Amino acid sequence: MSLEEQFDVLIIGCGMSGIAAGIRLSMYQKRVLIVDSHNAPGGLNGFYFKDGRKFDVGLHAVTNYVEPGIKGTPLQKLLRQLRINRDELDLCPQWGSRIAFPEVSLRFTNDFTVLEQEIAEAFPAQIDRFRRFVQHMDAFDALAYEGPVLSARSELGAYISDPLLVDMLMCPLCYYGSARNDNDMDFDQFIVMFRSVFREGFCRPFEGVRKIIKVLLDRYRSLGGKRKMGCGVARLLKDGQRIAGAVLEDGSQVYADLVLSSAGLGETLKLVDAALVPTHNIGTMSFVESIQVISNQPESLGMDDTIVFFSRSDKFRYETPAEPLDLGSGVICVPNNYAFGSDRALPEGMIRITAQADYNYWSRLNDADYLRSKEEWFMRLQQVLTFAYPKLDLAALNRQELARDVFTPKTVERFTRHFNGAVYGAPQKKKSGQTDYENLILIGTDQGFLGIIGSLLSGISMANRYGLTGI
Amino acid sequence: MTKEECKQIVLDIIAEIAADEDLSNVKPDVRLRDQLDLDSMDFLDIVMELRKQHGIEVPEEDYMQLASLDSCAEYLTPKFNS
Repeated sequence: MSLEEQFDVLIIGCGMSGIAAGIRLSMYQKRVLIVDSHNAPGGLNGFYFKDGRKFDVGLHAVTNYVEPGIKGTPLQKLLRQLRINRDELDLCPQWGSRIAFPEVSLRFTNDFTVLEQEIAEAFPAQIDRFRRFVQHMDAFDALAYEGPVLSARSELGAYISDPLLVDMLMCPLCYYGSARNDNDMDFDQFIVMFRSVFREGFCRPFEGVRKIIKVLLDRYRSLGGKRKMGCGVARLLKDGQRIAGAVLEDGSQVYADLVLSSAGLGETLKLVDAALVPTHNIGTMSFVESIQVISNQPESLGMDDTIVFFSRSDKFRYETPAEPLDLGSGVICVPNNYAFGSDRALPEGMIRITAQADYNYWSRLNDADYLRSKEEWFMRLQQVLTFAYPKLDLAALNRQELARDVFTPKTVERFTRHFNGAVYGAPQKKKSGQTDYENLILIGTDQGFLGIIGSLLSGISMANRYGLTGI
Repeated sequence: MTKEECKQIVLDIIAEIAADEDLSNVKPDVRLRDQLDLDSMDFLDIVMELRKQHGIEVPEEDYMQLASLDSCAEYLTPKFNS
């Protein structure tokens, strides 16, 4: 065996968690190889080119935004751990976002008191209950590796007695991080997302997710980390209760003392033996997203929110839809609406609309029907804009159109390799990262930290625990 | 190596891993955690940097010896000099 094939750590997946883990391990002289079946880095948070334009896949917003100098926060912790200067990431805060339901709308920004004020005005009888609920979350250790799985809905319901407010709070957090398809979320995930979205907030680099990936990969490369793209793991080689190495898709073999996998729980175990896949714990929640590029800034058409989380019914549904797409709720994101500074604006307008989708429908279409369906559902999905913006003139919007695209559960599947194109992976997470094999550890989505910041912290904490302090 | 030099080495490491901390006024007899914003991840990095830069091993059961600059000096100086 040549030295080239022997590594201290093999990392499966060149997404946020994989690169972050790779940086941590390379910082301390571990020989690391990252492999990814995809040619482009980023995983769920990747990007692609179409007709000369760059499109982000997963990134609506980077969560956990805090002003420079605020310590003890996830963002500050990960910058320290990766030795990245905050300025490199060019994080620009959001203008402001909104939760829009039929009769009530709640605005929120990167200042938590705005949301509190909005709740106090719209739900005067609930504000004290809401504040007690926030204290309840503060007292809960959401990062513990072991612990009971509690329902966010029941915890919320124990404090907040108006079901409308419960649903309005669930809506953004489910969309940004629930792998469950039963209208609920694990309470510990809810706490982490509540902080990420409401107490801290949204930001975006001017150049989008590419900027973050570039900074991370430059760091990884400068530390001597190796990576092999377009060549995933075909099979993990077991040796008793350990994993000895992997056969890659090009037939080559690599050996490693530790394997960190961001492929997902079932997806990783399938690489050892298909019989090990936990069939009761496979995610199904997937999304369709329409992307429309227009010639002007969307603000000029009255679209001045950064992100709108909407539900067209007071009862918010979050479950695998029976239809190709559930038009009852969704997320509207305008990447132009961040404070990039007075001298910078994105050259074109962009409007992204995300809604829950049925993987089975999209995966079974032949090529021609797939294209036809994308076109049909683009039109239907676009109609929801008038729910969030009643005065919006759709005809005027379409006259400005320069390009459009739709990504579907199949796209998510292609970028993440998750079963069912499940955006947030398996419903039951493995916070310890451990699998049946002592040196095979999960990182990323199925370890249980979500979003860009969560994924980075997942890679860091698992690398620290199993790669640096020894197993 | 003197204990003062040893404290400076620890401070230099903290400056590297927590570039956003003001280290101009660190009291040697007060726990680092009580005057700086350092968490367990940062302490892991102090240990990792000691190993990487100076070849000094601090086993996990001795992490508490790194609580303050004074205790760092007590614990680490003999290791530097051995």
